[in-house]
Amino acid sequence: MTTAIGRPLDRVDGHAKVTGAGRYSAEIALPGLAHAVLVTSRIPSGRVELIDTYDAERAEGVLAVLHHLNLPKGGSVPPLLPSLFGAAASGQTFFPMQDEVIHYAGQHLAMVVAETLDQAEHAARLVRITYQETASITTVEQGRDRAYEAEKIFAGFIPGRIARGDVAAALDRAPVTVENSYYCAANHHNPIECSATTAVWEGDRLTLYDATQGPNATLHTVAELLNVMPSHIRVVTNYVGGSFGCKAMIWDHPALAALAARAVHRPVRLALSREQMFSSVGHREEQEQRLTLGADRDGRLTAIRHHKLSPTSHFDDWAEPSLGVASQIYACPNYEGVYNLIKANTMTPTFTRCPGEASGMFVMETAMDELAEKLDLDPLELRLRNYAETEPMTGHPWSSKGLRDCYRRGAELARWSERDPRPGTRRDGNWLLGWGMASSGYPVTPPGNPQRARARIFADGSAVVQSSFSDIGTGAATAMTQVAADGLGVPLERMRIQYGDSDLPNTAAAVGSAGAGMVSAAVHIAATALRDQLIAQAVADEHSPLHGADPRQVVVSDGRMALRDRPATGETYAELLQRAFMADAEALGTWNPPGMDTPYGTMTFGAQFAQVAVDPDLGLCRVRQLIGVFDPGRVLNRKTAHSQLMGGMLWGMSHALLEGTIMGPDGRWANASLGEYLVPVNADAPDVLIETIETTDTVVNPLGVKGVGEVGMVGTAAAIANAVWHATGRRHHKLPITIESLL
Amino acid sequence: MVASQLPDAVQGPGPVDVVLNVNGATHVVRLEPRVSLLDCLRDHMNLTGAKKGCNQGACGACTVWVDKRRVVACLTLAIACEGREITTIEGMAENGTLHPMQKAFLSEDAFQCGYCTPGQIMSAVALLAEGHAGSDAEIGEWMSGNICRCAAYPNIRTAIRDVRDGVGGVGRATR
Repeated sequence: MTTAIGRPLDRVDGHAKVTGAGRYSAEIALPGLAHAVLVTSRIPSGRVELIDTYDAERAEGVLAVLHHLNLPKGGSVPPLLPSLFGAAASGQTFFPMQDEVIHYAGQHLAMVVAETLDQAEHAARLVRITYQETASITTVEQGRDRAYEAEKIFAGFIPGRIARGDVAAALDRAPVTVENSYYCAANHHNPIECSATTAVWEGDRLTLYDATQGPNATLHTVAELLNVMPSHIRVVTNYVGGSFGCKAMIWDHPALAALAARAVHRPVRLALSREQMFSSVGHREEQEQRLTLGADRDGRLTAIRHHKLSPTSHFDDWAEPSLGVASQIYACPNYEGVYNLIKANTMTPTFTRCPGEASGMFVMETAMDELAEKLDLDPLELRLRNYAETEPMTGHPWSSKGLRDCYRRGAELARWSERDPRPGTRRDGNWLLGWGMASSGYPVTPPGNPQRARARIFADGSAVVQSSFSDIGTGAATAMTQVAADGLGVPLERMRIQYGDSDLPNTAAAVGSAGAGMVSAAVHIAATALRDQLIAQAVADEHSPLHGADPRQVVVSDGRMALRDRPATGETYAELLQRAFMADAEALGTWNPPGMDTPYGTMTFGAQFAQVAVDPDLGLCRVRQLIGVFDPGRVLNRKTAHSQLMGGMLWGMSHALLEGTIMGPDGRWANASLGEYLVPVNADAPDVLIETIETTDTVVNPLGVKGVGEVGMVGTAAAIANAVWHATGRRHHKLPITIESLL
Repeated sequence: MVASQLPDAVQGPGPVDVVLNVNGATHVVRLEPRVSLLDCLRDHMNLTGAKKGCNQGACGACTVWVDKRRVVACLTLAIACEGREITTIEGMAENGTLHPMQKAFLSEDAFQCGYCTPGQIMSAVALLAEGHAGSDAEIGEWMSGNICRCAAYPNIRTAIRDVRDGVGGVGRATR
């Protein structure tokens, strides 16, 4: 029975957040806590010739100065594997402070541990490093000549080249083509909470308080890096101050915190500085994409050629999968996608909200708008003509698809039919006004391992559900409380959730919009298993009013089991347990995900509409309204789901107009601060109108949850760029769209 | 008499006793004079409601009040706050009852990860007192010193309007 699921319940962790009582990973008060501060490389390539720690070691309060010459060696670096697999998940296959070689600027070269943070920061400045610098490549432009076609990207899961049909022939025959190059600047996640780990050893047992999307990912990665048994490590993640992908994979700092704590025999906190956040936890790589569309005169796509070029690290072939959704969103018989890489002096890039979908769909949806312009077709009509009734790459049916309804409703809300298709025709004073639209899509990817949760009820009828996942601000803890309450059949106020702890039943990292689907599956299975177990106990108990009843005819609501057709006959869970002298009862729920080879296309879809105002004299672009309609399957909590979608769309706005990390000529990020890396402030953010159209999906997971974390960002940048064209008549192929490019 | 009350006393660079009034209570904290109000609150007084986001005054997560004015605690020296009234998020709820702004943030879902939230709330309450909540545009402008990376901005404006108008309700941004 569904009474809690879907409700716009306030966040269960909200009280702790609005009172400041919630303790994030750098806020754990421990007796004897020491502070670690990192010393990082000023050069992008070369060697440490000399590291002089004399003054640092003698500075007041300093407990240790660790570097490649004295850092205790441990285990080995695990392979790069997305944390959705539930195993060790190194962000890159490189661990620093093992030798003198420098691969990128900002590389961690030393770590100072001191009594107080100020003492550690001061002593870190006293560490003198002499460098021997060698030539470096840090940008697409510098490395273009050395590009190579990747064999595989994305931890080996995605081939470097995917082809279907005959693109060359189809393009030769196509009466209409659109071909352009596009550029997207590098991005950094910049959650307001910088990554932090507090490490505590008790004998050979390690507890880590870590800001992570996956407590188990941290556990397994650190276990391998330090060669410590996983059973000896516990990772606690009470609160996470945002992630957006930079806490999805496990970087070196949790292991370094543990090594520091071991070296000084004290609990140690290692919190990255804002500047260090730009070269410690990955980034969205700078990229160039070239897209060619071929179409017939009715606008039906006949060929898509989509090539990407981007820098990766020296150690890993990583590119965000920009070609993915762009290859699945429209029906097209001929396709060719290629990832080209450049080995560069940067970290391994990583997941950044909407990893690939945002950049790839900016390109695809801008090109579709240009195709519509060429054909004199309405942009929405062009998209409908290319609607993919089945998944284009495999021909499989979709597990669910509500995109047509999203288009229709979005167009209604945006009054799209009233839009004059000619660009540059509407004004508000000196502002040129424009409307643009784009499609959204984000894949539903199952986790790689079974997901578990435990439901436990006490003899007073109150219950707790436990699962190890962390809530990075998605609202997962709140939604899971709702799922558990409905599954067990108890009122919300009697259901508590416990999460963010690797000692609780195992889950993979909450990444890739998969968290709600996979954890709700485990929680639902655990809660309903406990319900069924208690019903079975009741019908077998000769003292129960339900004795002898058919368990299938027993329903539970408000903590009371009763016969479906005779609700007066029944008893509460509490009565059953108390009579049996049972203080509690519990059940473990395990969800075995369907596997990646399921014969369905699985995706959350949406349609986005943007209104912009452009001042052509000042080069200003203001987004006046964003409208998004999405089909996320089942919505577990309307309030938090809409917040996620809204956040995603505003991230899309930011991608379009603000965010870009600039590589300096010295091979270092030139704007590594929140003062210079632009992100939206309140005055930048328009009102966002969001609707969800709930589709039934029986394939993805038991509750049919497709996820909302990322899809909100897909297409927003293109909707805005298309609106800028509609306002000004000028196309933009480079993100972010800056003042200079609007003048 | 503590050292800081002597007019000509040189303080530091070693630790000195600093007398601070935080949320109505007086505390004596032993601090090096270089310690920021933010690090003092978080690391020396175990008041971690004010957050560290950038440590250079760009993000506003550390916003607290000094003599009822909002300041970024990361760019304020703790020792300079002697004799002043410091208010942090921990001092907003009275006897366990949330401040109306805290309630409005909860009901309007004006946050996600919650890390910038204490700073947003300290700014939002001060903004009303300053008279800077006349319109959405004005709220947006005067709340722009507090970055919310989750981008709950429309809901933050709604929460502030709710308190300004003395109403609760469902946020306009979501339906």
